[in-house]
Amino acid sequence: MMADKITLAHGAGGYETSKIIEELITKVFRKKKIWGGIGLEELDDAATIPIGKDRSIAVTVDSYTVKPLFFPGGNIGKLAATGTINDLAVIGAEPIAFMDSIVVEEGFPIDDLRKIIESYEKVLREYDIALIGGDFKVMPKNQVDGIVISSTGIGLLEGNPLLDSNAEPGNHIVVTGPIGDHGAAIIAAQLGINDIEVKSDCKPILPAIREAKRVGGLKVAKDPTRGGLSMALNEIAAKSNVNITVYEEKIPVREETRALAEMTGIDVYSLASEGQAIIIVDEEYSSELVKTLRVNGFPEAEIIGRVVEKSREPRVFLKTVVGGTRLLEVPRGELVPRIC
Amino acid sequence: MNLSQEYVKRRKKLLEILSKYRDPELAKKIVEKIHGVAERISEKRILIMSFCGTHEHTVTYYGIRSLMPSKIDLVAGPGCPVCVTPARIIDTSIKLALEEDVIILTYGDMYKVPGSKLSLAQAKGLGARVEVVYGFNDAVKKARERAREDHVFIGVGFETTMPTVASYIYSNRMPDNLYVLPAYRLTPPITKYMLKLKEISINGIILPGHVSTIIGVESWLFLEGIVPSVIAGFEPIDVLMAILMILRQIARGEARVENEYHRVVRFKGNEKARKIISEVFDIVDADWRGIGVVPESGAVFKEKYSKYNALERYDVKVDNAVDIRPGCRCTDVVLGLAKPTDCPLFLKACRPERPYGPCMVSSEGTCHIWAKYGGYIASEKEG
Repeated sequence: MMADKITLAHGAGGYETSKIIEELITKVFRKKKIWGGIGLEELDDAATIPIGKDRSIAVTVDSYTVKPLFFPGGNIGKLAATGTINDLAVIGAEPIAFMDSIVVEEGFPIDDLRKIIESYEKVLREYDIALIGGDFKVMPKNQVDGIVISSTGIGLLEGNPLLDSNAEPGNHIVVTGPIGDHGAAIIAAQLGINDIEVKSDCKPILPAIREAKRVGGLKVAKDPTRGGLSMALNEIAAKSNVNITVYEEKIPVREETRALAEMTGIDVYSLASEGQAIIIVDEEYSSELVKTLRVNGFPEAEIIGRVVEKSREPRVFLKTVVGGTRLLEVPRGELVPRIC
Repeated sequence: MNLSQEYVKRRKKLLEILSKYRDPELAKKIVEKIHGVAERISEKRILIMSFCGTHEHTVTYYGIRSLMPSKIDLVAGPGCPVCVTPARIIDTSIKLALEEDVIILTYGDMYKVPGSKLSLAQAKGLGARVEVVYGFNDAVKKARERAREDHVFIGVGFETTMPTVASYIYSNRMPDNLYVLPAYRLTPPITKYMLKLKEISINGIILPGHVSTIIGVESWLFLEGIVPSVIAGFEPIDVLMAILMILRQIARGEARVENEYHRVVRFKGNEKARKIISEVFDIVDADWRGIGVVPESGAVFKEKYSKYNALERYDVKVDNAVDIRPGCRCTDVVLGLAKPTDCPLFLKACRPERPYGPCMVSSEGTCHIWAKYGGYIASEKEG
């Protein structure tokens, strides 16, 4: 049963988001894929349109809203470009062209808009991605909160897509670096905590996925954005019908991020990253992958766990730092800092 | 203290916490000892109750139940202030907001707890002015910023939340447009009450850490000779140590009050805070949500400070408040008589995103903790 009105929890990327998307979108549309590619049903990070043998166009779209618009480590422009690249990267595609749609509020400072667009452009330039079109609208004051950017990414995919449903028992789970920094930076900014040294990790993870492809044995790649590590691992477990075990001791978390999470009562494993990937590989490739990642821009990469077994009731288990076992649950509800 | 300062303090402490109180090797050693001592105890079942919701959080978050010998049952107790605040208090706040047009100031945990019918969050949708505050200091600040508006702070919590309010009143620093709706509850009386319950036989109690920093070890001495008790901190090593200390007492046939949390808790507690509390508050019989009246377990302002009591300022009456809605087993969960999984509504009609009963709302509520961190895994293993 659904609540009668949209709440912020419906957009928090956790349990409620999955529920409402299923109710209002996936159940409603009839034609959900094209030419046997990946479509709406898969609810993966990007869709594909096959254009030949072993070749597809990959497409993704995402709207970006963030408060504050400028945060330690980036701004909404950098976030939009990065997020779009990452959504293509985790399906195994090379981004080639973007289109963007900007909706901005009347009275918004042009200088800020310029900075935001410059940041967006800088990311595209670095990865040689073309901006081939877009849309620009202004809304009357108070009808949009500052600026909303929608970004469509088009990529080229050679071979099979990296689907969340590809994980198999025995596979190892690698994370490219400390998780939750983006979420921590945003929450700190929203709460007015200025003494925090944590910055958003906002950056393309494409180089990590390229390394993983080169090393081999690659099964799944995923960026733990909204809902954090908990959400990402639960999605993989559910779509692959497997149980997963991860080891708390191995999961890299910056001290600053952990301190903030504990102070606010937010589970650190549900904090978003915008510049880390979860990469699932055949067991025999994991050490080589971590070694390669560490010398190629991801010095804190770690093997954090493994896919244990096939399961009809897929679950993610966390071996805690004191050796206990608990479930790493899908984050539920809005991420509100605990107060008392 | 503002959030930035709190963060800096937290960060500084974290390194020490990680190396001392979350040390995997140390944890392993304590767990081994727990198994060893448990074997020497002849009882087939040992029930250890942790008073605090925060202890239950530690137990579940670190999977401590899964490390216990099968004869040890770790049960959560009544230490969730938001869960035990009567529905009447929420109903009254809503009425104050809607009929008297005051601004209600509340802790975030309280905001979503259902009253008889509505929560404050739902009342806000109907036009009630409700704002979440980080604590009483924050409430005072808001009231001062809006000198022409009347504000009511919902005064919930145990001995830990009382000193701040008491100190504003005692030192005559209360803004004259701020009132308190008092619903303070005291921890030793409910502990006494729990021990008299026929339905549950408690073999050991993990006593509250934060509360004890205020009331001190001495306030718990009435438990000596009755039940093995240990005041504990909130890190996993603290809780494991407390369990071990309780088991050792059981093995030796003792029932003492020990203090594991000596890095913070003193024998006499915080004497200044205790003095101010006793200057400002009178102890009275008080009702706990779903449980009923527990003797001498609540606190209200003394006669000379009654002008700060929202119930004196406004003439609001709430009748027929409903503490526990049909089907909800929150009372049993709070008293340790049932596990969340014993409730037919758990994770079905009652979920963190749509709580039906109070124990599913607060971060200290047992049902909420189990739902969020899979506390039911360990209980499933038991069979």
